[in-house]
Amino acid sequence: MNNATASNASAHANLAIKAECRNFGFHYGDFQALKDINMPVYDKKVTALIGPSGCGKSTLLRSFNRMHDLYPGNRYQGEIIMQPDNTNLLAQEVDPIEVRMRISMVFQKPNPFPKSIFENVAYSLRVRGMTNKSELEDRVQHSLKGAALWNEVKHRLNDLGANLSGGQQQRLCIARALAADPEIILFDEPTSALDPIATASIEELITELKEKVTILIVTHNMQQAARISDFTAYMYIGELVEFGVTDQVFVKPQKKQTEDYITGRFG
Amino acid sequence: MMQTQDIQAIRDIIRRAKRWDAFFGVLGILALMVGVLTFMTLFVDMAIQGMGRIDANFFTNFPSRRAEHAGILSAWVGTLLVMLVTGLAAVPLGVAAGVYLEEYAPKNWLTDVIEINITNLAGVPSIVYGLLALGLFVYQFGFGQSILSAGLTLALLILPVVIVATREAIRAIPQIIREGSYACGATTWQTVKDHILPYSSAGILTGVIIGMARAIGETAPIITIGALTFIAFLPPLPFTGVPPAGLLDWLFAPFTVMPIQMFNWTSRPEAAFQTNAAAAGFILVLMTLAMNGTAIWLRYRLRKNITW
Ligand SMILES: Nc1ncnc2c1ncn2[C@@H]1O[C@H](COP(=O)(O)OP(=O)(O)OP(=O)(O)O)[C@@H](O)[C@H]1O
Ligand SMILES: [Mg+2]
Repeated sequence: MNNATASNASAHANLAIKAECRNFGFHYGDFQALKDINMPVYDKKVTALIGPSGCGKSTLLRSFNRMHDLYPGNRYQGEIIMQPDNTNLLAQEVDPIEVRMRISMVFQKPNPFPKSIFENVAYSLRVRGMTNKSELEDRVQHSLKGAALWNEVKHRLNDLGANLSGGQQQRLCIARALAADPEIILFDEPTSALDPIATASIEELITELKEKVTILIVTHNMQQAARISDFTAYMYIGELVEFGVTDQVFVKPQKKQTEDYITGRFG
Repeated sequence: MMQTQDIQAIRDIIRRAKRWDAFFGVLGILALMVGVLTFMTLFVDMAIQGMGRIDANFFTNFPSRRAEHAGILSAWVGTLLVMLVTGLAAVPLGVAAGVYLEEYAPKNWLTDVIEINITNLAGVPSIVYGLLALGLFVYQFGFGQSILSAGLTLALLILPVVIVATREAIRAIPQIIREGSYACGATTWQTVKDHILPYSSAGILTGVIIGMARAIGETAPIITIGALTFIAFLPPLPFTGVPPAGLLDWLFAPFTVMPIQMFNWTSRPEAAFQTNAAAAGFILVLMTLAMNGTAIWLRYRLRKNITW
C-alpha cells in the first residue's frame, strides 16, 4: 500500500476526494437510520465501513447509488457530492439512473442474472445502448479479465452464470460492475457468503481494482478491513463515530468506542 | 431389568402414536379418492359411451338431424377460434396489468382498491360476464353474436386469473435480481423486459393456459351472447369464397363451441344423440387435459434454465 500513513485529516490534503457526505442523513419512513454523516471518500482508495450489525452501513452504502429510491417512504437529507463535477447525487434533478451508471454495486449474496456468463457481463453495456457484437465481446473479455475470471470461463461463456461456484459468481458480479467502467464501486459484504480461499481472491482483486476505481466496502471482518482498506469509517447506531487512515484507526483509534469494537469487546 | 422396561415403554408410546399416523394416512387417501375417483368414473363412463362414435367423420361433419351423421366440425373450429381470440386479448391485457401492479404502481389506497377489485372479479359468476358482454360487445360495439364477442367475453372472464398468475410469477423473482438490474443502471422498463418478463414467463404461461382450460368449457356466457346451437358452416377463411372474405371476417362470423354442441345434444330425447354428447364431452376433456399437460411441460422447459 502506498497510501499516506499520517494520522490527521490535513495530511490527506494531497489526496483527491471522489465523493463526500455532507450533513448526510437518511430515514426509512419515520425511522431515522443515519444522521449527520460527514465523510470523504478518497479517489482510487479503498474505504471500509465497519460497525456493529444494524448501525447503518448498508443504508449508507446504498445511498451512494440511490438504491433507496426503489422503495417508497425513504428520505435523504444533506448531500453526497461527487467529484470532479461537484454533483450532489441526492439532488431531485439528478436522475438515479445516471448515478447508477457512474457508481456500480456488488451485493452481499452473489446475484448473477439467470442468463449466460457473457450476457451477465454484457448487461451493463446493453443498458447503455451498446449493440455492436465485437465491441461487446471486447468489453466483456476485458471486464472478465479485470475480475480475474477470464481464464476460468473463457471456454464456457454461454453457460449459465448460476453454474459457477459461489466465489466465481461473485467475481462475475464484479465483472458486471466493472464492465460499466464506473467511477466508484460499492461492495456490501462481498465475501460474507464465501469460503476463505474465494474470499482471499476477492480481496486481492479489490486491491488491484483500486488502481483504476474508487472503492467503498462494507465489511464485518476486521482483518479484512485492515488488510484491504486505506481508510476506515467506524459507525454506531446511525452515526459516524470515527473516520481515518486504516492503520491509524486500527492501531491507535481516537475513540474508546472504536477501540472496543475493533478489539472485539463488543459488537 | 429396569432399563429394558423403559425402552419397552417408549416403544409402546411410539406404537400408539403411530396408529394415528396410519389413521390419518388412510383418511387422506380416502379424501383424495373421492375427488379423483369421481372424475375418473365420469370420464371413463363418458369414454365408454362415446368412444364408438369417434371416428374421422365425427370431426369433419357438421351437426345433423340424424345422429349418426352429426359431427363436431363447427364446434371444434369455433372453440379453437374463440380460444385464439381469448388468448390474444387476455394475455397482453393481463400481463400488462400484472406487471404494472407489481413493478410500477405506487403503493397507495387506489392501488389497494384496484387489487381488491381484481380479486373480486375472479369470483363474479360467469353469466354476469355474459350479460355485460351482450350489452357491451354485441350491441354497444356492434360486434354482433360473433367469435370476436365470445373471445373477448371469455378474455374478460379469465383476465383475473392471468393477472394473478402474472403477479405471483413476478413475485417469485428475488428482489436481489431486480436490484442487480437497477444497479447496472437499467430503467424500470429495461428491468421488466430483460428480467421480469423472461424469468416469469413460465409462471405466466401456466396461468394463461389454466385460465384457457377453464374458459374452454364455459357455456353460460356464450349462450348469453347468443351463440347458435345449430350451425352448418364454418367461419370464412381469409381471401376465399365469393366475394373473397377479408383477413378478419371470420371474427364476425356466427359460431358454436363444444360445450354448446354438447348441451344441445344432451337435450335431445334420442339415445344416439346422448352418445354424440358423450363423445364430444370426451374430446372436450381431452382438449382440457392437453392444455394442462402443455402448461406443465412449458413450466418445466422454461424453468430449467432459471435458478437464483
Ligand atoms: N427497509 C427498511 N425499513 C426500515 N428500516 C430499515 C430498513 N432497512 C434497514 N433498516 C434499519 O436501519 C438500520 C440500519 O440498517 P442497515 O441494514 O443499514 O445496517 P447494517 O449496518 O448494514 O447492518 P448489517 O451489518 O447487519 O448488515 C437498522 O436499524 C435496520 O433495522
Ligand atoms: Mg448490511
